[in-house]
Amino acid sequence: MAKQIKVSLIGNPNTGKTSVFNLLTGLNQQVGNYPGITVEKKEGVCKLPRGVKAHILDLPGTYSLNASSLDENVVIEILLNKKDKDFPDVAIVVSDVENLKRNLLLFTQIKDLEIPTILVINMADRMKRKGISLDIPLLEKELNTKIALVSARKNEGIDELKKLILSYTSLPTKPCVNALTFAPEYFDRLKQAFPNQSLYKLWLVITQDVNFRKIDKQKPSVAPDFEIKSESELKRFQQKETIKRYQFINEVLKKGLVVDEKAATGMRAKLDRVLTHKFWGYFIFFAILLLIFQAIYDWSSYPMDLIDEGFAWLSEATRSALPSGPFVDLITEGIIPGLGGIVIFIPQIAFLFLFISILEESGYMSRVVFLMDRVMRRFGLSGKSVVPLVSGTACAIPAVMATRNIENWKERLITILVVPFTTCSARLPVYLIIIALVIPDEKIGWIFSYQSLTLMLLYFIGFGAAVGSAWLLNKMLKIKSKNYFVIEMPGYKIPLFKNVVINVVEKTKAFVFGAGKIILAISIVLWVLASFGPNENFNNAEEIIAAKYTDLSQEELDQKTASYKLEYSFIGYAGKAIEPIVAPLGYDWKIGIGIISSFAAREVFVGTLATIYSVGSDEEETIKNRMAAEISPVTGGPLFNLASGISLLLFYAFAMQCMSTLAIVKRETNSWKWPMVQLIFMSILAYSVALIAYQVLK
Amino acid sequence: MKLTIANLKKGQRALIKEITSDIIPLKLLEMGCLPGNEVQLLQTAPFQCPMYLTINGSHLAIRKEIASQIEIEII
Repeated sequence: MAKQIKVSLIGNPNTGKTSVFNLLTGLNQQVGNYPGITVEKKEGVCKLPRGVKAHILDLPGTYSLNASSLDENVVIEILLNKKDKDFPDVAIVVSDVENLKRNLLLFTQIKDLEIPTILVINMADRMKRKGISLDIPLLEKELNTKIALVSARKNEGIDELKKLILSYTSLPTKPCVNALTFAPEYFDRLKQAFPNQSLYKLWLVITQDVNFRKIDKQKPSVAPDFEIKSESELKRFQQKETIKRYQFINEVLKKGLVVDEKAATGMRAKLDRVLTHKFWGYFIFFAILLLIFQAIYDWSSYPMDLIDEGFAWLSEATRSALPSGPFVDLITEGIIPGLGGIVIFIPQIAFLFLFISILEESGYMSRVVFLMDRVMRRFGLSGKSVVPLVSGTACAIPAVMATRNIENWKERLITILVVPFTTCSARLPVYLIIIALVIPDEKIGWIFSYQSLTLMLLYFIGFGAAVGSAWLLNKMLKIKSKNYFVIEMPGYKIPLFKNVVINVVEKTKAFVFGAGKIILAISIVLWVLASFGPNENFNNAEEIIAAKYTDLSQEELDQKTASYKLEYSFIGYAGKAIEPIVAPLGYDWKIGIGIISSFAAREVFVGTLATIYSVGSDEEETIKNRMAAEISPVTGGPLFNLASGISLLLFYAFAMQCMSTLAIVKRETNSWKWPMVQLIFMSILAYSVALIAYQVLK
Repeated sequence: MKLTIANLKKGQRALIKEITSDIIPLKLLEMGCLPGNEVQLLQTAPFQCPMYLTINGSHLAIRKEIASQIEIEII
């Protein structure tokens, strides 16, 4: 088989790069991370004419090759390193016809790298409406490139693009502008010092650190005697380079692009007037938020109930189909409920990603950033922190990853640190079951019930804790960082169905497999720990109980045996060991086990209690009734009362309790320091608040 | 007093003068915020910040601190 053509898709954000990628690859794509960093890596395979295949890599959106974020840094590192396995045979620069001028800046930089390059001018379907006409042959000549005029929306121009990729060896590789002419003396000396290197690549390597952090990758060793300019001087040079490039682009577009201003419609201005309005803008944003929450908690309850019932049925069916034994127990009591605990979140996660990707695709999210920046900044956050905080209501993992486009490191760090306070969907099962147990099912007036108000209050508490600790961190952290805040306000677009679907599927898949592995592993470990014990008390439970109670029915005996076994199992001993620590919060050793095991992921708590209460029991009781029947050994009343229930709710509102989030924070901040700070701070806060709540209410 | 983008009123247009400040991020220049280019204020969030501008045909929002570093000439 012939080798695959390696193609890199490069372009500014909001140019429809993802749409072009989706058109080229369809569902033949994979999302992963670059080795060692969490920057998203999208790859896919594209079938070209004559049976040739192209491997398409969708690089993160970037405005230029002067990196100011991790995303942009990835692009440069790949393009500078010929030995990188992702180094492209051909580069496709995707531009948007309405912002051609700005998009061409990146294009001229890519051309300087002397890689075969194709220029895609996307959104060609808008040209007529916007009164734009292009002289393609002239542009191809002036820019020394091949141009594909594409409309991803109408699926036009993709075949031409594929043909260009196929004939990549004949694409021009010469630069189109000589931008490094502003300091001839400096560059002459550079050339003499490194005669065999491309001047532009050298320049990129030298200036990398000016706008971005130090990179430790190998660079062409700078000769010690070569004078390195000061940072501000290099910055001035970069400004001059940018001006040079724009001068060239302006010259070219003067000849090749005509815009008839009269034909342009003012749709965008009209929408902006409402959506960024000082009153209506906020009103609409909060209405949308309300709709999202409604969808997540109301609409998704139907598929969730179905999934719940489905797994219960599966567990029963497996049990009756297979001969009984420890292995079948593991499947029906460990693995199936464990899997169910993951799958049940799919509807909520999918709804959230559906809304977020529609809002992003349509261009609305930038308006939210604009509206919220000032408010968020009071707390040391950025307008761009709104998206992570909203995503956090589904899951902190994608939320932490969504902070990447915050340029200011301090604002980004604070956002990462406070995101786990927002009420993620993993807290919901814990909340719902405890609320149902301890909050009366009564209504205030006609609409509001105590239970739903409690749930809403818990969301406010989570958000309040996030903003409050952001404020505190802003005062405490002494980090100097550049005050970057530049956001592009893209044109409004009707989201492409295909893009939204692919996004939702990919993100949901990542969540299910990411969190799923941990949850499943824990379910199995828990089952093992609860099914075996270290001594004779566990092994001879049947005889001990039978000797102790002589006048009970078989059913009652079985139940007594089961809880006796649990008490003397490995997990029972662990729970009793920590009982003194959790007793002041109003918990017994069984809840203690739930807390230990849910350290890895909160939603494990309910599953653990289910395991604890149902192990060895064939009772059809639901977990809730079982919990309601628990008696506190201290008070003699129900174990789950208002005091211990509120204490538990507050504990879960503040506690970190998520290994996956800690792992992702470690990767995003590149140190163990911040996840540890997070873990310790949140755990102390959770314990203290729960302690106070219980002691006051009991 | 120097006139800067921060002084613009809604709907007003201006030309960007020489950029001398070091604080202005290169990113902004790359977006087209360069001497001689036209800037117009489209909208401000409450308390004048951030500011929503068109610069050289690009639609951008920047904070007031940066806006007050960019000198302009009203046209």
